[in-house]
Amino acid sequence: MAKTGVLIELGDGKVKETNFGVLTAARGASGDNEVCAFVMNADAEAIKSELSAYGASKIVNITSSGDLGASPDLQAASLAAAAKEYGLDALLGLFSATGRDIFARVAAIMDEPMISDCISVDIDGKTGVKSHFSGKTFATIKLDCGIMLATVRPNAIEPAEASVDAEVISFSPSVENNSTVKIIEVKKGGTEKLDLTEAPVIVTGGRAIKASENYKMLEECAALLGAAVGASRAAVDAGYAPHSMQVGQTGKTVSPKLYIACGVSGAVQHFAGMKTSKIIVGINTDKDAPIFAKCDYGIVGDIFEVVPALTEALR
Amino acid sequence: MKICVCIKHVPDTAANIKLAGEQGFEDSECKFVVNPYDEYGLEESVSLVEKNGGEVVVVTVGKEAATATIRSAMAMGAHRAILVKTEGQFLDSALTCKALKAAIEKDGTPDIIFTGKGSVDTEGFQTQYRLAAALGIPVVNEVSKLTVDGSKAVMERETGSGEREVVEMTLPGIIGATKGLNEPRYPKFPDIMKAKKKPIDVIPLSDLGIDEGAGKSVLVKLEATPERSGAKMLEGSVTEQVAQLVKILKEEEKVI
Repeated sequence: MAKTGVLIELGDGKVKETNFGVLTAARGASGDNEVCAFVMNADAEAIKSELSAYGASKIVNITSSGDLGASPDLQAASLAAAAKEYGLDALLGLFSATGRDIFARVAAIMDEPMISDCISVDIDGKTGVKSHFSGKTFATIKLDCGIMLATVRPNAIEPAEASVDAEVISFSPSVENNSTVKIIEVKKGGTEKLDLTEAPVIVTGGRAIKASENYKMLEECAALLGAAVGASRAAVDAGYAPHSMQVGQTGKTVSPKLYIACGVSGAVQHFAGMKTSKIIVGINTDKDAPIFAKCDYGIVGDIFEVVPALTEALR
Repeated sequence: MKICVCIKHVPDTAANIKLAGEQGFEDSECKFVVNPYDEYGLEESVSLVEKNGGEVVVVTVGKEAATATIRSAMAMGAHRAILVKTEGQFLDSALTCKALKAAIEKDGTPDIIFTGKGSVDTEGFQTQYRLAAALGIPVVNEVSKLTVDGSKAVMERETGSGEREVVEMTLPGIIGATKGLNEPRYPKFPDIMKAKKKPIDVIPLSDLGIDEGAGKSVLVKLEATPERSGAKMLEGSVTEQVAQLVKILKEEEKVI
C-alpha cells in the first residue's frame, strides 16, 4: 500500500471534474493506496465530500503567510514540503497549464525525475505511459526515484468513485521564497467558456468553417452536448479563431470522451492533439480526407448542413 | 546583451517514426529540425539582439547530427553555438540540464536564456525548470508575450479558457517560448551561406563528467500508438446519418 498525494485544482472554488480521474489513478491498481488531496488556501471543508467520494482520506489545506496565488515557486516549495511532511510515495497532478508548471518546479526543487502528461500510471511500478513524438508513439517510462512525480493528461483516466471517510488538515510549511517570479495580473478571456483541456466533449471547426462568425453554429451544437468548441490550426491561421481555441501540435492536447471534427482535414499535427480522445467523429465534404482514415465514425457532407441537423437531433 | 537559446534537435512533427527494437527508432530515416517551440525562443533572441546589440549563442545537447539543426538556427541569426555531444537521442532531463548548465557556465552566464515550452519528441516539459533551479535563476514557461525593461521581464502566459497570466521576473532568467510570441523568420540564402562559417564548439558529454547512462527517468518501451483502422462511414440522407450518429453515441458508445 502506497501513500499518494494529489494536487487538486479548483476553478472558482469548485473542484474541477478532471481531478477525479487523477484521484482514481492515485488509489492504485489494488485500490487500497492511502490518498491525500492537497489544496492551497482553499475552503477545504466545502469540497471534502466531493474529494472523499473519490477516495481521498486526507484533505490537506496548504496555507502560507506569503501570497501563494501570486508565486508559483512558493506553491511548488510548499507542495514539496507537504510531500515530505506526509511521507508520500507518489505525488500526482494534472497536466494543465497550472499543474505542469507547478509540478516541473516541484521536480526541480526535489531533484526527482518526473513523467509528464501520462495517459496511465502504475504507482507500485513507478512507471507511466505517455506520448512521445506528437502522439505517434507511446513511451513507457520508469522512474528511479524517492517519490514518484507525475502529471496526468486531463480526462485520460476514467474516474471511478470509491467513498471513504475523510479528515481535513491544515498545513503551514515554513519555506523560504526568494523567487522573483510573480503573477501580477490575471486577464480573463472575456467569456465563461469551458476550458478545452477539461471538456468531456469537444466540437472542433476546421478551415471549412470559412468565417469566425460561423463558430456560432458549432457553439449551439456544443451547448447541447456540454461541449467546448475548438479550432484546427488552419482555422486559427486563417484568423477564424484565437490560438487559445487551437487543438493540435502547436495548440492544446485534449482527451475528451467525444471529439467531433467539423471540416477538419485531419493532418498528423491535428491528431497529435486529440488522438487519445475516446470517440472521434469526422464530418467532411471530402470522402478521402485523412480524418476518415483515423476516426471512429464519419459523415461525408457539408458541415453547414450536417451540424445544424445534428443540433436539431440533439434537441 | 548576451542571450543563450537552448535548442533541441528533433524529428519533424510530420515525419514518420519507424520503431527499431524495444526503445529505439530509425533516426536516419526521418528529417530532423529545430524543435518548433525553440524557434520562437530563437526568433525572440535574435530580434532582441538586433535591437539592443549583443550576441545569441545556441546551446544544444544532442547527437553529432544536431550540427545540421544548429546550422539552421544560425541561418536565423544566432552568432555561434555550443554542442554537447551525446551518443543517443534520449537523454534524461536532469542530465540534459547538467549538460546545459556546464556548457552555459563555461561560456559565461547570459542575461537571458530562452528555451521552447517543451520538445516535440519526448514532451517532458521540465528541462528549463531544472536548469533554472541548477543555475539559481527564475523561470517562466509557455510565454506568448514578452517585454524586457532593463533587468525586468514582463510576460504573458495562457492558462486556459483564453485566460492569461501577466508574470514578471528579474533577469537573468529563463523564458520558455510558445506560439504567439512572434513569427519565426525564414532565413534567406545569404544567411544560410553565412551560417556555414559560424563557429560551433563541440564538447563530448563525457568531458563534462556526465555519464549518459545515469538517467533516473528510463525509457522502458516505445511503441506505436494504436491507430483507429478507419471510420465507420454512415450512410443515407443528412437527417438519417445524423440520427444514426446520435443513436450510436448514446446507446453503443455511451459518450453523450
